[in-house]
Amino acid sequence: MNKHAILQARGISKHFYTPVKFKVLDQISFDAYKGEFLTLVGKSGCGKSTLLYCLSTMDTAYEGELFIADQQITGQKPNDLAALRNERIGFIFQFHYLLPEFTCIKNIMIPALKLGRFSKAEIEEKAYQKLTLLGLGDQALKPASKLSGGQQQRVAIARAMINNPDIIMCDEPTGNLDSRNAGIVFDMFKQIAHDFGQTVIVVTHDNDFASASDRTIELEDGRIIQVRSN
Amino acid sequence: MKPGINYDIAITHIVTRKKQTMVAALGVTLGVAVYLFMNSLSAGFSGFSRGEIFKNNAHIKVYKADEISTPLAQDAHAESVILNPQITTLSQRLINPEMLLKEIKQQPFITHAITQVDVSAFYNRGNTQIKGTASGVNMDDYAAMFNTEKYMVAGSISALRGNLNGTIIGAGIAEKLNLSVDDNIAVSSSYAVTKVLRIVGIFSTGNSLTDNSKSYINTATAQQFLKEGPSYVTTIYANTPDPDKAAAYAEKLQAVVPYIVEDWKTTNADIVAGDKTRGTLMGAISLSILFVAAFGIYNILSETINQKINDIAILKAVGFKGRDVIQIFVAESIIMGCIGTILGLGLGAILISIMSGIYMGGPVGYFPIKFELHLFIRSLFLGILITCCAGFFPAKKAANVDPVSIFRK
Repeated sequence: MNKHAILQARGISKHFYTPVKFKVLDQISFDAYKGEFLTLVGKSGCGKSTLLYCLSTMDTAYEGELFIADQQITGQKPNDLAALRNERIGFIFQFHYLLPEFTCIKNIMIPALKLGRFSKAEIEEKAYQKLTLLGLGDQALKPASKLSGGQQQRVAIARAMINNPDIIMCDEPTGNLDSRNAGIVFDMFKQIAHDFGQTVIVVTHDNDFASASDRTIELEDGRIIQVRSN
Repeated sequence: MKPGINYDIAITHIVTRKKQTMVAALGVTLGVAVYLFMNSLSAGFSGFSRGEIFKNNAHIKVYKADEISTPLAQDAHAESVILNPQITTLSQRLINPEMLLKEIKQQPFITHAITQVDVSAFYNRGNTQIKGTASGVNMDDYAAMFNTEKYMVAGSISALRGNLNGTIIGAGIAEKLNLSVDDNIAVSSSYAVTKVLRIVGIFSTGNSLTDNSKSYINTATAQQFLKEGPSYVTTIYANTPDPDKAAAYAEKLQAVVPYIVEDWKTTNADIVAGDKTRGTLMGAISLSILFVAAFGIYNILSETINQKINDIAILKAVGFKGRDVIQIFVAESIIMGCIGTILGLGLGAILISIMSGIYMGGPVGYFPIKFELHLFIRSLFLGILITCCAGFFPAKKAANVDPVSIFRK
């Protein structure tokens, strides 16, 4: 199989300076391929979330180089990075982070309205399709704050998918979901990666979850200690 | 990039926090209302005091300046002759005043022009004597220029036309000397000419200084009091379409007139300076009130941004740029500012209409305050400008939020 690297990390290192200088990431290099479901695992404090934020382009204070879709990311201006995130990267966070005063469908539509590639009606249609796909079609017009945790997490997934990004990044997406909801989310990711050809990078401490993904990178003390194809 | 979504978000924030929005907007409402009201008060009062000036002052005055003698020899090689400098003007008369008046009237920027001969006069009745000034004028022209008709309380202006033995006197003189229309009054000048004149009219301007000393007579009568011929004129007064531009018009007129041309602002420099001081004072106080209102918006928006820091982080994560975030929050403050400013203009208008109905008494009558369009426009502009600025700084802070530091918490 001819694998195309969508994301390439080359020698990424990062220090924390408070309270004392501490090397949190040490020379991390790996590739993530198109259509791959990749998990980052490791003990608490091993630097896996920090690595995800560096990969996400939101954290720019690192050494080394990062490429997304053969484009050098390191050194780009914040506004260009924001536009790139909007188009190419979708995020799902541990604490869902929906905008509480907007309806579910509006929350999903916001990144697409920002991108402005389609008309408002088309975006609304797409957003509704995604919601229906995730089994939340009937909740579309409810304010986001009125939904349960699992429902909010699924809305967040729909939001991450709306612009058909190359990469979807998740920080502990199942961290505060029950096993049934976690299962739904897991199946979603698998479907996204395998059926839609998008790359999913998930940070998790759940080993069962990780072992069911395509490939697992294990970190310890800021270094890659094991790469395991499942 | 489509700005639509930014305004969409701003409006959603505003709508979901109606109470906070109203509090911020009310601050601006009060600020703008007070600003508008105080400036209208000041403008109304300035207008009134200016009106007082123009009751018997023209926009432009033409007269002959005193000449001072100079030393005969100033050359370094010549012998110096030291002289005591003194006024050498033999007469204050303007040469060929008819021609001069005609020429001034022909200028396109002159609306009215009259000649005037002032006489220092004593009004006598029995043992009572009042000192004052009798102004020798063509009464019809004078009345057209100064609206004297409005101040007449008895008799009429037209009765003075061609009547060399008639006079119109101030109400104060009439009261002190116990005179009324059709009575006779003995008027004597400093040139020891005494005439008995018939009172054909009485005026009252509300200014006691004028009412107690001034009278109007025909130009020829005034010339007789001064023992001068019919071409004796010392001053020409002229009005222009806009008193504020009088100085510029005076400069233009100076080019064609060989005498001193003085605009009313020079003549009444003290009153003009007083007006300016009052205007500045009122402006400073009202502007600082507007600033306080702006701080209200600043505060509420800062508070909002602190509460919504998670939302800002998520917006930045999904691809909103710093300037999008600024746009969102500045738009919110402008919406609050617009609501506040428009309500403020309404409240200001109500205050003005209440004030204009308050009777102050005396010559002022009702409080001299009016709806002035330019003040409304200025208040609108300032209200929105200030809230815009007040919104910008918290918005800038929001734009600099680092999403990673928020997500890590």
